[in-house]
Amino acid sequence: MLEISNLACSRGDHLLFSGLNFSLSPGELLQVQGANGSGKTSLLRTLCGFIMPDTGEILWHGQNIRELGDQFYAEIIYLGHLNAIKDELNALENLRIGAGLAGCKMDDKQVIAALRRLGLRGRETLPVKVLSQGQRRRVALARLLLSNASLWILDEPLTALDVGAVELMQELISEHLVNNGMVIYTTHQPLEVVGVATRRLALT
Amino acid sequence: MNKLSLIGLLSIMIRRDLVLAMRRRADVVTTLIFFVIVVSLFPLGVGPEADMLRNMAPGVIWVAALLASMLSLGRLFSADHLDGTLEQMLLVPQSLSVLVLAKILAHWMVSGLPLVIMAPVLGLQFDMTAQSIGVLIIALLLGTPTLSMIGAVGAALTLGLRGGGALVSLLVLPLCIPVLIFGAGAVEAVISGTSVSSHLSLLGALLVMALAFTPWVTALALRISME
Amino acid sequence: MVPWFACSAAIMFVAGLYISFFVAPTDVQQSEAYRIMFIHVPVSILSMFIYLVMAGYAALGLIFNTRLSSMMASALAPTGALLAFLSLWTGALWGKPMWGAWWVWDARLTSELILLFLYLGFIALHASIDDPRRADRASALLAILGSVNVPIIYFSVQWWNTLHQGASVKLTGTSMHVAMQQGMYTMMLAVWLYAITISLIRVRSIILERESKAQWVSELMEIKR
Repeated sequence: MLEISNLACSRGDHLLFSGLNFSLSPGELLQVQGANGSGKTSLLRTLCGFIMPDTGEILWHGQNIRELGDQFYAEIIYLGHLNAIKDELNALENLRIGAGLAGCKMDDKQVIAALRRLGLRGRETLPVKVLSQGQRRRVALARLLLSNASLWILDEPLTALDVGAVELMQELISEHLVNNGMVIYTTHQPLEVVGVATRRLALT
Repeated sequence: MNKLSLIGLLSIMIRRDLVLAMRRRADVVTTLIFFVIVVSLFPLGVGPEADMLRNMAPGVIWVAALLASMLSLGRLFSADHLDGTLEQMLLVPQSLSVLVLAKILAHWMVSGLPLVIMAPVLGLQFDMTAQSIGVLIIALLLGTPTLSMIGAVGAALTLGLRGGGALVSLLVLPLCIPVLIFGAGAVEAVISGTSVSSHLSLLGALLVMALAFTPWVTALALRISME
Repeated sequence: MVPWFACSAAIMFVAGLYISFFVAPTDVQQSEAYRIMFIHVPVSILSMFIYLVMAGYAALGLIFNTRLSSMMASALAPTGALLAFLSLWTGALWGKPMWGAWWVWDARLTSELILLFLYLGFIALHASIDDPRRADRASALLAILGSVNVPIIYFSVQWWNTLHQGASVKLTGTSMHVAMQQGMYTMMLAVWLYAITISLIRVRSIILERESKAQWVSELMEIKR
């Protein structure tokens, strides 16, 4: 359960948003909408605790995320504009290290299964630098499958993805929601998840 | 969820950075060559008198080591910053200081340790005695990790800024002066025949202090810089 | 408050300079050249003290997230740097007739030089970060780190120095004439007041700049017009 009350955030002198209130319960999907520069990414980064809000607080199960610290980080996964994968490593190594740092013991089979599900069969041990942009994004998305975080925070997850991958993404999100997960995302592309009402939050 | 032990976390991170460094070997070699060239330029600048060179050697090697470690600092966090992995490290449900410490240690292994190994050869160039070379190695072993740690704070503070490299040097070099003084002092003490151990123990004390505080300060600086 | 401090600083300067040049007697050993001490000593002491004050403000700003103390810290930095520079400059001018050299690798000189570097680092870091809040916090961390390091640097430099040249050149304990003391204290007060004045002026412009979008600033502009 994520609750946001009276949140305000500014970058430099520029006030991005203020007086923002919303809450998200298990099984819910929230899309953050707004034009370029309206503060979508800043909002998501504030939710991750990177940015200190000017006012307001962010509560996770009733407790401020600043006080929770590591406990909160263990329950979220953040996918930013950047893929957070290393060009010099291959897809398998990237995911294994990522999961290792998050505290999950992973064997290679699980990682390979996740990569195959995202359509990267046969690409597991290639250095990431030879993959295309869309394939790199898929490697990054595979992290979602390997984590047991309950809150997914996705910033433009669909960039560089083809039609098939977008459908796959919808599938992944709906599975996560069925398992009582929560998802917050931004996108400029249509993303409809069957059977779930998408809540929308518009930033101006 | 099973939490990793701190040692486990440390080893994953160190191994990751070492693998990355091995796949980008050119960077490591560049620092080392820089170090060798700077040291070799001094005799060309001041003349080949063996006596003078022998007296200058500790200072020259230490200053060159300091400059070489400044040069390599830029790589410590910037690559991770650019591809987004640093953001993910901030979200790791473990102490960020431990991750930072791991990164610093790995960085030292690929940038500091080669300098220590290379130093005896350079010492021979300057006609240093075996005993003073031995002390030089010990002093460098104690001192260069401290340089990496102090430098890490500077690197974290200047993350993603324009003109970052020169700025790091401006911030970090004054703070490194004690290491330089005691490091070069230890070797000079051998040459002049006074006690070496006081210098070395002071270097060790600096190392312990840096080990205790800098990972934490660097973690704080990273959080500030990522905002 | 600013004009008040400015006026008293000016008065103190005039009084201090008068005492130091006309009242204080000529020193037996150093003749007239010692008079530079009246500027050199206050400036040096204050340049060190300001660093501590700056680090203190920076720490307050970092811990309690109060913006005014961060602004105060960044307002103090240029003054401190200026004083450190002046102290080196006057020290060199004093050193030439006394020691016969512009520069001696004396422990105090070297530490003062490093202090100047620390100030410059603080200013450079603050200037190169665009986002004011990040700039405040990052440079605050640097200032604190520097202040922790200052004693270590000082002792190591002193130690290094004694290792190199034996006893360093010092003012041997000539008891100071009363007029000299008076001149010194007056000048000290003058420099002190100057530093306060300049920092207040600077912090005022920083506040106006940062808050340029807040309502009260535009109201102020209306009134001024």
